[in-house]
Amino acid sequence: MSTAPTAAPEDFFHRVHTANSGRRALGNRALNVLCVVLALLTLIPLVSIIFLLLKRGLPLLNLDVFRLLPPAAGMSGGGFGNAVAGTLIMVGIALVLAAPLGVLSAIYVNEYAPASRLAHAVRFVAKLLTGIPSIICGVFAYAVIVLATGGFSAWAGGFALAILVLPTIILTAEQALLGVPKAFREASYGLGATNFQTIWRIVLPDALPAIMTGIMLAVARAAGETAPLIFTALFSQYWMQSIKEPTASLAVLIYNFSTLPFEHQVNMAWTASLVLVIFVTIANVMAQVIFRKK
Amino acid sequence: MTTRIQAQGGLKVFRRGPDLFRILCGVASVLTVATLAWMVFEITHQSLPAIHKFGFGFITDGRWVPNRDAFGILPFLVGTSVSAFIAILFALPLGLAVAIFLSEDFLAPPIRQFIRFTVEMLAAIPSVVYGLWGIFVVIPLVKIFGQWAVVTFKGVPILGTLFAPPAYGNSMLTASLVLALMILPTITAISRAALVAVPATLREGSYALGATRWETILGVLLPTAAPGIVAATILALGRAMGETMAVAMLIGNSSRLTSSLLSPAGTLAGLLANQFGEADGLQINSLMYAALVLMALTLLVNVLGEAVLRYTQRQTAGIR
Repeated sequence: MSTAPTAAPEDFFHRVHTANSGRRALGNRALNVLCVVLALLTLIPLVSIIFLLLKRGLPLLNLDVFRLLPPAAGMSGGGFGNAVAGTLIMVGIALVLAAPLGVLSAIYVNEYAPASRLAHAVRFVAKLLTGIPSIICGVFAYAVIVLATGGFSAWAGGFALAILVLPTIILTAEQALLGVPKAFREASYGLGATNFQTIWRIVLPDALPAIMTGIMLAVARAAGETAPLIFTALFSQYWMQSIKEPTASLAVLIYNFSTLPFEHQVNMAWTASLVLVIFVTIANVMAQVIFRKK
Repeated sequence: MTTRIQAQGGLKVFRRGPDLFRILCGVASVLTVATLAWMVFEITHQSLPAIHKFGFGFITDGRWVPNRDAFGILPFLVGTSVSAFIAILFALPLGLAVAIFLSEDFLAPPIRQFIRFTVEMLAAIPSVVYGLWGIFVVIPLVKIFGQWAVVTFKGVPILGTLFAPPAYGNSMLTASLVLALMILPTITAISRAALVAVPATLREGSYALGATRWETILGVLLPTAAPGIVAATILALGRAMGETMAVAMLIGNSSRLTSSLLSPAGTLAGLLANQFGEADGLQINSLMYAALVLMALTLLVNVLGEAVLRYTQRQTAGIR
């Protein structure tokens, strides 16, 4: 974008203008166009995904799909109520396991012993865990729970998801605690508060919205994951009776139905995808809203 | 005197809570660190029978035949590397273009905001939805392209090998294309951060010397941000190697090693996803061994990426 003056007088500006209006300006403009084209190119897949989600997912979307069980192969009707419930329960299990562990670790790392060897180890492990493929979390849960208890279960799926979201929670909680102004802490100590009082009454309340943001991001991440669930929670055609049995989830339902040769099942996979994307988007937006409020 | 004792006594009772909380936080930290150690230990432990039986031959053996207890992961290892590499090849130029776009003032802030939102949205879409979309959109497109490419590149040296018939829809190319889309947000976000971190004085200096915008971008900004972009690429590579569902749904999951991008292939993550649910005996141990290899590979790539990123941050701090 060359913004040379239009009516340039016979001086320095004019010379700059003429220098830039030759081959160099042309090259500049060509690269401008190339960059815009490449950037817009990334829009096409997203538009295509959203279009198909709406086109193929909307027709079957009604309240019944949340109440009914998945249709057997070749059958019509039905829904994925048990999969929605299964997803919510397993994300819940993941949060119950990972949120306290992650937030407490972050408090230790940032408040009690920031320079200690343990704190460095926690940061390092959290960074490494972010890079570990989600399916490895599933393999771990399979080894620790499925092989040990002899069966697939919601508990194993939730455990796998907990490992998956642990680094997200630790890293965002640490950022949240770092974001509390130093002056708050100093004022608290200045008034004679103890270390614990400062953490509990001053630091945590101030950091809470940002910590919640991290937890909402963890919910979004966990809800959309399939790989850790396919051989830990497996799938079920029925409503869940206990967390010790195989459990359906939206993600695995999409995976299973996507390759079936039946039109209705495939459409149901699209509807389930639409529901999943809406759920994940709501969780993400909520994370942003909580964060902005602060 | 009495009041002091009471105060101390009262304090002692009151101190128990804070101490407990401190200990609780410490225990949580230890548990967090232990989690990773436990993971490595458990997966290694479970793969011991396979490690004893196959040793390093596991990595160089090309056969995976569960009902004959023959397990080798070479085709999957190659598939993981090749699919990740091709994904980078597609995603890097696109991601860089978007990163430049977002860090420069080509367009009004609202439009930039919109593009940024779009890329973040790409990151939020679950892997399995990419897989579903890939089945219905990318596979047909790749099939059409494949049929054209097979005829066009017949007899051409390298291209003829890469696009050899028969042209399937479930193929290495399909999986790589969707992977590229999935790692785009990673590349964009980290590259953009690296570009934004370039000190304004460098940019202003370049403009002051009469350089055009693109001369500044190509000659000053990109070279300065290069280590950050390299880090982005390495971290994206790690993500691509571990990505499971979309790849498992699109690549065709074949254990045959071929040179054609239009043929079905397999990846380590896809292998795990497909076989764990119904595995037993030595197959479980072999899958654990495969998981161990995948974990080692991604950890290595990520540690490398983090190291480059840290080096970059120190470097830019130095310029400032």
